[in-house]
This record gives sequence, structure tokens and C-alpha cells, in this order.
Amino acid sequence: MLYVKNLLKVKILDTKDEKKETEKSCSDSSLCCGPQSREELAPPCCAPLPVDNEIEITPVSPVLNFNDHLGVVKARLNIGRMNYKLAPGLYAVGTPGSDSPVLVSANYKMSFDYLRRELKNINAWLLVLDTKGINVWCDAGKGTFGTDEIIRQIKNTNLDKIVNHRKLIVPQLGAPGVAAHLVKKAAGFKVIYGPVRAADLPAFLQSGMKAAEEMRKVRFNIYDRLILLPVELLIALKYVIFTSAVFFLLAGLNKTGYSFGFTLTSGSKSVIFLLTAFFSGTVIAPLLLPFIPGRAFALKGFFAGLAAFFLIFQYFSGFSSSGIINIISWVLIISSVSSFFTMNFTGASTYTSLSGVKKEMRIAVPLQIIGFAVGSILWMIARFLY
Amino acid sequence: MLGLKYLKNVSTLKLEENRCNGCGMCAVVCPHNVFAIEDKKAVIKDIDLCMECGACELNCPTEAIAVKSGVGCAAAVISSAVKGAGGSCDCGYDSDDSKASGCC
Ligand code: SF4
Ligand code: SF4
Repeated sequence: MLYVKNLLKVKILDTKDEKKETEKSCSDSSLCCGPQSREELAPPCCAPLPVDNEIEITPVSPVLNFNDHLGVVKARLNIGRMNYKLAPGLYAVGTPGSDSPVLVSANYKMSFDYLRRELKNINAWLLVLDTKGINVWCDAGKGTFGTDEIIRQIKNTNLDKIVNHRKLIVPQLGAPGVAAHLVKKAAGFKVIYGPVRAADLPAFLQSGMKAAEEMRKVRFNIYDRLILLPVELLIALKYVIFTSAVFFLLAGLNKTGYSFGFTLTSGSKSVIFLLTAFFSGTVIAPLLLPFIPGRAFALKGFFAGLAAFFLIFQYFSGFSSSGIINIISWVLIISSVSSFFTMNFTGASTYTSLSGVKKEMRIAVPLQIIGFAVGSILWMIARFLY
Repeated sequence: MLGLKYLKNVSTLKLEENRCNGCGMCAVVCPHNVFAIEDKKAVIKDIDLCMECGACELNCPTEAIAVKSGVGCAAAVISSAVKGAGGSCDCGYDSDDSKASGCC
């Protein structure tokens, strides 16, 4: 539905021992790939398999259509991200020949789309790995975008018969899963690591596959952080809604029993403060990351929460009219909640190490739990004092 | 990267210089420019930039590099603490959905 306008037939350069698996191709497509055939999958799931002496290659367009864009928005919003994949195999961009470059991609459709969008006016082969629809960066860490899968796809697609060179361009971010020297040993293809950003690919190809130092570095600028926010936000939202509801309902408790008036006044304020903490931890701190003191994310989130508290508390409750216990309770709750959510942004960042995250969590998590628990208890006590 | 450096002295990256043949692969794959090649040997320029992705270790043909690699992701650490093992990052929906395996 998406890419297959018509199927190209490409002659195999060297026709020797084509037999083995070619027969059991896709005729019984109900069995083959059954659970996998979601609508995002390009239909000829088994297209990469050679049929007789010809190989069917799916041509793709370098122009993204409306559906592609919609898909990106959906993925960023965490809607059906899991099934956002396409069939592995060999694809053609433009009209590649036997000396055209071969670019390796994950079958996460968003990675693939970004890649082909940069390939206007370029003729190239795209070797799409079966990475279970996860993107290159996440994947390489887990090993599905890896040495073995590259070797498997080279063999499956008979790549050595299609191109006359022995070079593969692998995105540099795939390197944590790919051992270049092992691919060379097992499949004869030399892995050349391409630039980190697909946008640099044309320049990279033009310069004879040399990546300038800038092309090799991962950035994490404000835009990079901004596009990551929606997913982080939605993941955190359900916890916040739940906690807010609990605080809202409990806010009616006081020494005379239960008052719906308090539920509305004090309860709505509580919800506002919790949303502040949430917003500070998931949006403000990640966006202002370089400008907030401290290196640990939990600490940055703590500072952001503290600042947010001072900005918002005076406006909604007022320091003079609130009891000290109530004030302390909200300092504790907002800063610990904000700290927690910012700490979770480590997963989206591009420069945190596992050892570092573990170290900061050993200190931060107990403090966050104590802060939130003590804060909540004080908040409850304050209900009964005034 | 402007002001964005993670914790000091936490990376588990180790380089055994006498095994290094100076091929330069580590400097190529590292996303944070941790390595430089000086006098045909790799040197670690700034270990605090290392995010423990493991690319250098995997791509070093002489096994001169060792690093305990993993994903620096709090959610993964939490879920592996809760579920016992094999935590995954937010970006990885548990990929054990065993679909697609053996397809075609
Ligand atoms: S990859 Fe290994 S052998 Fe090559 S320069 Fe780096 S440390 Fe030395
Ligand atoms: S583990 Fe990754 S970030 Fe650290 S030095 Fe090696 S390649 Fe660079």
C-alpha cells in the first residue's frame, strides 16, 4: 500500500546456485508473516526472496506522503508505536545499479522514512534489517540491529549478486550492535559507518564516504529534546492523573468530617500543584537542561521543581495565608515529583551512561520516596489542623 | 555539547594500550568523540563524555577496549529492579513480542 507502485525486476549479475529456499516463497501468505502483517507493513512481505533468476525489489519514493507524516506524528505521540514497521529486505531508491551504494536501515518506519527523505536524486539500495520495528539507536543497544542480522539479510537478499562492490553503509548509531570486522569476516562486506544524521548522507556520499568529525557526534539540542517531550509526557500522564484524583478526593477531609467545599477549593489547588510538579519535571527541566545547575538529572529536576513551587505557590495559595506545614508539604511533594520525572528523562537523553544513572538513582530514589511520603503525610496532617 | 556532561568518573570504559593497533575504529564509532588517535595509538580524551554504548568495544578488532555497556535510562533500571531482569527502556516496548520471528 505504501511503497509498492510496481515491482522492479532486477537481473542477478551472477547466476549460480539459486535453489535452496526460493521455492517456499510467499504463496501461502496467510501462514507466512501472519501476525506481522499490519497495515504499516509493505504488502510483499516476502519480496526480498529471490524468485528464479530474478529478484524482486521494492522501489521506494524519496518523497514522504501524507500517510507517512501522519505516521510520524502518531509515533511521536506514542500511538501504536510498536507496530510501526515495514518488511525487511532490499529496497531501491531511484534507479540503483550494480555499483550503487548500499545503505542499511532498521525496519522502524520512522528511521526508514527519515533515511529515504534525504535520498532525493540519489540512486541507492536500502538493506532493511528485521529489527522488530524498533529504531536504530534503541535497537543497537539491544542487539537486534546487529552483526548477525546484517549477515542474515546480506545472504537472504543475495546482495553479493546485486552489487559488484563489497561495501555497506551502516548508520553510526548502529555501531553498538555491529562488529564491523565480524561482518567482513562472515559475509565479505566492509562496514563503513555513515553519519549520525541522515541529513548528512548526501554530503557523505559525495565526499567519497568520508564523514567530517561533526557528522560523527551526537547532539542533544533544544529541538532534539523538544520532539522527545510528547512521548515522555504521555508516559508520565497516567500516574499524574491517578495521583491528582487521590489528592482531590482526600482534600475534602478535615476535623469536622468531609466537606465537598474543601474538595473543590483545596482539592483543585492540590491538583494544580501536582500538575506543576509534573510539568516542571517532564517539560521545563528537560528543555532547560543545560541551564539548570547540577549534572545528575534528579538534581536538575529537583531545582526545577523548587523554582516552579515558588513561582506558583504565592499565586494560588499565598505564603502568608498558608500554614507552615502546608507549605513544607508542597515543597517536598513538588520537588520530589519533579525530580523523579526528570530522572526518567535520562532514557531519552543521548549522553547518559548506565553506570551514571545507577549512581544517581542510588541516592535520588530513596530521597524522592521519602520526600513524597513525608510531604503527603504532612499535607494530610495539615487538613486536620486548620 | 554546551554544558551537557554527565556524572564524573562513572564510566566503566577501559583501554589497554598495548593491544591497540591504531586502526582508529573506536574513534569512528564513538558518538561522543571520546577517542583520539595519537602516534598510532588510541587515547581516551575525555572519559566523562562516555555514555557506555559499547560501540568501541564491539568494533575494536584487537579487543583492546572493555566497557560495561548498557542503556543509561532510569525507567529501564526501575523496571529491571521490579521485574528481576531484562529491563527495557521507554523507547523499547518490551521487544519480546516474538512476532516476526522465523517469518518467511
Ligand atoms: S579500535 Fe581498538 S585497535 Fe583500533 S584504534 Fe581503537 S583501541 Fe586501537
Ligand atoms: S562506550 Fe560508546 S560513548 Fe563510550 S567511548 Fe565507547 S563508543 Fe564512545
